Amino acid sequence: MKPIQSSNDFVIKFANVNGSGSASANELFARAIMRMGVPVAPRNIFPSNIQGMPTWYEMRVSAAGWLGRRGGCDLMVAMNPQTWDRDVAEIEPGGYLFYDSTKAQPRSRFREDITVLGIPLTEICNREYTDARQRQLFKNIMYVGALTALLGIDFSVVEKLIADQYRGKDKLIGANVNALKLGYDHARANLPCPIGLRVERADGVGDKIFINGNNACGLGAVYGGATVAGWYPITPSTSVIEAFSSYCRKYRTDPDNGMARYAIVQAEDELASIGMVIGAAWNGARAFTATSGPGISLMQEFFGLAYFAEVPVVVFNVQRGGPSTGMPTRTQQSDLISCAYASHGDTKHVLLFPEDPYECFTLGAQAFDLADRLQTPVFVLLDLDIGMNDRLCHPFDWDDSRRYDRGKVMTAEMLDAGRNFGRYLDVDGDGIPWRTIPGTHPTKGAFFSRGTTRNAYAKYSEAGTDYVYNMERLRHKLETAKKLVPAPVIKPASQPTRFGAIYYGSTSPAMAEASTLLEAQDVHVDTLRVRGFPFADEVIDFIDQHEVVFVIEQNESGQLRMLLLTEGEIDPKKLIRVLHYDGTPITARFISGRIADALSEHKVTPLRKQVAS
Amino acid sequence: MTYLAKPKLLRADAPRNAVGYTRRDYEGAISTLCAGCGHDSISAAVVQACFDLDIEPHKVAKLSGIGCSSKTPDYFLGASHGFNTTHGRMPSVLTGAALANRDLIYLGVSGDGDSASIGIAQFAHAMRRGVNMAYICENNGVYGLTKGQFSATADKGSKNKRGVVNSDTPIDLVALSLQLGATFVARSFSGDKEQLVPLIKGALRHRGPAFIDVISPCVTFNNHAGSTKSYDYVREHNEAVNRLDVILPRDKIETSYNPGSLRRVVQHDGSVLLLRKVAVDYDPADRVAAMNYLQERQTLGEIVTGLIYVDSSAEDMHRHLNTVEKPLNQLGDAYLCPGSKALDALNASLR
Repeated sequence: MKPIQSSNDFVIKFANVNGSGSASANELFARAIMRMGVPVAPRNIFPSNIQGMPTWYEMRVSAAGWLGRRGGCDLMVAMNPQTWDRDVAEIEPGGYLFYDSTKAQPRSRFREDITVLGIPLTEICNREYTDARQRQLFKNIMYVGALTALLGIDFSVVEKLIADQYRGKDKLIGANVNALKLGYDHARANLPCPIGLRVERADGVGDKIFINGNNACGLGAVYGGATVAGWYPITPSTSVIEAFSSYCRKYRTDPDNGMARYAIVQAEDELASIGMVIGAAWNGARAFTATSGPGISLMQEFFGLAYFAEVPVVVFNVQRGGPSTGMPTRTQQSDLISCAYASHGDTKHVLLFPEDPYECFTLGAQAFDLADRLQTPVFVLLDLDIGMNDRLCHPFDWDDSRRYDRGKVMTAEMLDAGRNFGRYLDVDGDGIPWRTIPGTHPTKGAFFSRGTTRNAYAKYSEAGTDYVYNMERLRHKLETAKKLVPAPVIKPASQPTRFGAIYYGSTSPAMAEASTLLEAQDVHVDTLRVRGFPFADEVIDFIDQHEVVFVIEQNESGQLRMLLLTEGEIDPKKLIRVLHYDGTPITARFISGRIADALSEHKVTPLRKQVAS
Repeated sequence: MTYLAKPKLLRADAPRNAVGYTRRDYEGAISTLCAGCGHDSISAAVVQACFDLDIEPHKVAKLSGIGCSSKTPDYFLGASHGFNTTHGRMPSVLTGAALANRDLIYLGVSGDGDSASIGIAQFAHAMRRGVNMAYICENNGVYGLTKGQFSATADKGSKNKRGVVNSDTPIDLVALSLQLGATFVARSFSGDKEQLVPLIKGALRHRGPAFIDVISPCVTFNNHAGSTKSYDYVREHNEAVNRLDVILPRDKIETSYNPGSLRRVVQHDGSVLLLRKVAVDYDPADRVAAMNYLQERQTLGEIVTGLIYVDSSAEDMHRHLNTVEKPLNQLGDAYLCPGSKALDALNASLR
């Protein structure tokens, strides 16, 4: 079997033991490739555990800039004896295996059709270091050094990266560069460098930044003007709050006295965290929480209160596998239904679907404007794949002339000028009432918020007519929301087609690549990326304009499809499910394969072929 | 329970307080509770306390959960914003509101079902966090709106209206709040306005979590023989440890009591809690002694009332979080948004 030959286009997978310090070494390696100008898309595949269980870091190197998961593995860095057999089995024929050769392995534990690259990492570490923790940590840096040689990466690039990373801590720089060099030199002296997989200098990264979605959400909340966060720890959303907290310390500390222009409270549970957010938002502060599926389940009653009392709250839901405890460290898009119609009674909520960290930031900040404008909960639905993996994306930008849209807040001056104030009265014809912030005026504008029936002036009422007026106004308000949520992104195929595909969120990079794969097979599909719910009219128009529309999702029941069917009153036969839900991120190969299969199964022939026959 | 609104017309000579309001300005909508309900007396006490303290009504935010007690904030302080939240969750909503604006006075109203059953976690954690609030539990030992089930504060051995005896151990919210870090803890009786009004005043002026457990008999479902939360039972077993007067900084302290039987506690804002001792040697500044005293008296079947504990130098949640003096809900865009320059620098660090 001829070894795979590929420049700037392959997949490396690191098999590690979690808690061994491998994550930072692996990230260093990913950054080194990016410094070479070559795009990478790394993904952590990790257990719900702190120490000792297997963890993988799968890194796609793609000169073309494909950031979706490719699948397969061309080079396995097998550092975990527990998973050796499955790791070796996963390597593509002609691929490469890098391992710690300190302990001799019988021939039977390798494969004939791969290239085996062994370095006695433990032996070198034991020789060079006496401290146990150093032996462990520098072993990781050492394999980065060896890979640098094997893939033909400039040593100076990695060296500089380490210097940047530990700027001001010279001792650490020296020690790390030393370990890097030990691995590099050993590989150069003992192994055939470079191997068939190579990283060559390119210009594919540009000014892109490398960050994960949770950090971007935390930053978006800072830029969006959030001052109060109530939260409860839950994987994979915890780092949204950690990021918010660290960006707040950086950007929101009063320079004069060191005091905080924000408040973050770790609540006793998710009920209390959303309760705090509702209280703060009712009282005029921008407030949010971050959670995942089980938290959304626990918050249901409060979502209904916020919807009916019309309190602007923002919820970042970093989705994971469900139901129940589900798969906390795996990714899914399976909370659309539980968020879209959260709570008992007739509710409908605004949802935003960011595709990457850039949109986590922009839509995250925009969520606060939307919540204030619409006076309703706004859910930002990302997932573990975007949230917890560093991703190359467009650099963040902000227009300094932008002012927060606080929506319809009636001031003391307006009340004094004699404006008619009815908390739940539609005076502007858009379904959105005016509100007052507690403490606004000594005698005017106070109201009593309730989750139970009341009239347009917030007075207690059990009259059916008052209830109906209110529900119809709320429905009207959600109609208004369609025009305010971010518009869908439509990408036409290279030629006119009867086929469409709708997707959202973290599916985006895989879909983009799948479109290219399909075009190469002469299958043309227009695509539409949904960015908000309730659906903008363009979404329904897109479906109307196509004969068959594939709905690509990372859940088992086709939740976006259900929403489209219900909200757009679409014929179910028209929307074909393409569903990926094993907890791993969806791939381009999966999408293009399913679409191609479905087209043949449904005997829907592409237009051009039809004409030709 | 009355269906007749009081006339809006006000006598020209109605007394006004220092901020120019009459007592009527602190009233709210007409109560829909049963005639004789203890809760209405508590509402009246809140009105009196706010009037006496010269509080501007719009500077108060009143929040409640669900239940008969939680309906009451509609019946006082009509010029204040109010929020009738979900069952047992008032503490978290109040906590959030307090985070957003530290300048308002937060009055939480709850009941025994709301606080001791469904909401006990939120009750506990709000106390722990040091939320600056006055939290009143209108405690009748029974679920009124659902017609008479025992609540978690019902005493073991007490009988419900149908004669069923409660076999579960009661939760004592006063003992709990002492343990959990409340810094103003009192118990009172809705039938004793003279005791209750000053306690509410003290709680409203207190910085930190102030909790008042007010035994408030349910005339419809829990006022019969065999109940330990009936008017008669509470009157018979009420053992006050002290009598409180709240003296504002502007007022002169004039008292004719024997100094030996008085205790002065100066609060953070300069107001003075003047305690007339009823129980000799009772020290409301000693938390551990207070907890012991409560247990001892409870064993004897007594209901201890009065100001049970106060720490006048308490800190609150905002102090713990080191938040800026200006309320968070009043910070302008410039204080909140770091702008594009900061973002450019951040982008550079992410390459």
